[in-house]
Amino acid sequence: MFRSLLNRLNPTKLSCGFHTSTCLNEVQLLTRLRVVDNSEIGKRAMAEGKPPKVICVYNKKRIGYIGDRVMVAIKGQKKKGILVGLKQTQNVKVPKFDSNNIVLIDDNGTPLGTRIHVPIPTILRTILKERTHAKGADYTKLLSIATRFV
Amino acid sequence: MALAVRKTGADIFSVTRWFLRRECRLMSTLPEKAEAPEAESVPSEPQQQRVGRRPRMSNPAVEFRHAYPEFLPDPNPKWRNSLREKLERADMLKRRSQIDVPEFYVGSILGVTISDPHAQGKTNRFVGICIERKGCGLRAEFTLRNVVDHQGVEIRYELYDPTIQKIQVLRLEKRLDEKLFYLRDALPEYSTFSFDMDPEILPEGTPVPINPVQVKLKPRPWLERWERQELQGVSNIEEHLKEKDRKRRELRKTPWEEFDLMKQYRKTIPEEDQSEIWGEVYNKLHQLQMNRKKMSRKRTFTTPKTQLG
Repeated sequence: MFRSLLNRLNPTKLSCGFHTSTCLNEVQLLTRLRVVDNSEIGKRAMAEGKPPKVICVYNKKRIGYIGDRVMVAIKGQKKKGILVGLKQTQNVKVPKFDSNNIVLIDDNGTPLGTRIHVPIPTILRTILKERTHAKGADYTKLLSIATRFV
Repeated sequence: MALAVRKTGADIFSVTRWFLRRECRLMSTLPEKAEAPEAESVPSEPQQQRVGRRPRMSNPAVEFRHAYPEFLPDPNPKWRNSLREKLERADMLKRRSQIDVPEFYVGSILGVTISDPHAQGKTNRFVGICIERKGCGLRAEFTLRNVVDHQGVEIRYELYDPTIQKIQVLRLEKRLDEKLFYLRDALPEYSTFSFDMDPEILPEGTPVPINPVQVKLKPRPWLERWERQELQGVSNIEEHLKEKDRKRRELRKTPWEEFDLMKQYRKTIPEEDQSEIWGEVYNKLHQLQMNRKKMSRKRTFTTPKTQLG
């Protein structure tokens, strides 16, 4: 009884049972992304308010970082894309965007659209060049349709 | 009976606490943030006599701790190390003699040029409003925010990064708040700045202007609970709140924290330590300031308009 009385007299007790730290904004399974190129399917999906969902991130951690290849479910189809901008906290000098951006590509690395209408981080140049091999997919085609780098 | 005893006990306790607080306030040294009382204590500073050729009346610590906050170490005693701090300060001054690191505040608009191995011209320039400054010593950082092609972009830079080629202050001003993270949830026009902005030059000797602009937030969901943070620079926060949010805000308020002297003491560097630090770096910083003034005068003089024909 005494303890309950004490608790009632103490107005500063304001703890809650769950933690309230901020989320990490990671790109993982079922994250919604924003298509930023002018491909037909991407434009229609964004206009309908049904942005694509991640169904696979092609790396070992299964968490998407900048320049990673992802498979998305978009308008009932499976398409591949490259992450070109993330909400997550980035390293120094790497831009952080207000949305998780994606550019759709096909299996050879050729982008489906012809123009990217948001800025692209310059570090993608190096990352995509490293990921491109002589006989595999050529991801650097994406850089040539970018309009602006930050 | 128990309640009565408890009540009188609490009364006595509160009275003693009040008394103790009064006493403490008289005895303790003034914390860093207290503005007005520190101005009184300025003439009694031993520094005042030592450095004779100071142009203005005030203690350098009063000006410098706002203009160069990264020279003050982190107040957490776990991370203090006087030797490391001293070496870091020397390195910072060395870097400052190589590159002009101007005075700027949260809310100023900066243009930063870095050498970027990934960029085509090997340099990269970004313009934006400074929304945060943090870190001490060589680890000092600032974050710039801009909206480019309707897409919000933020870049974090280290102040003493050797790849930084130039830091240019395009508009020197302060905002009403210490951190401007609410710009992420505000309408995009409040954080849109053109990349070819011309630097605005303030006349010499004017205090740094405070921009009283109040931003409008977008409707919820927000990234943080802005209503609980007592923000000055947001105008329409009440429109988006429900009765529940107002109630919770009242519950979560911590009005006693401004009277928590110990908390303030732990967050700040005491005045005695500060005067030691500023005494160490004052001459060099002052010299750099003078150099910058000279250079700016020279630059305005030597760039006449080239008129052809």
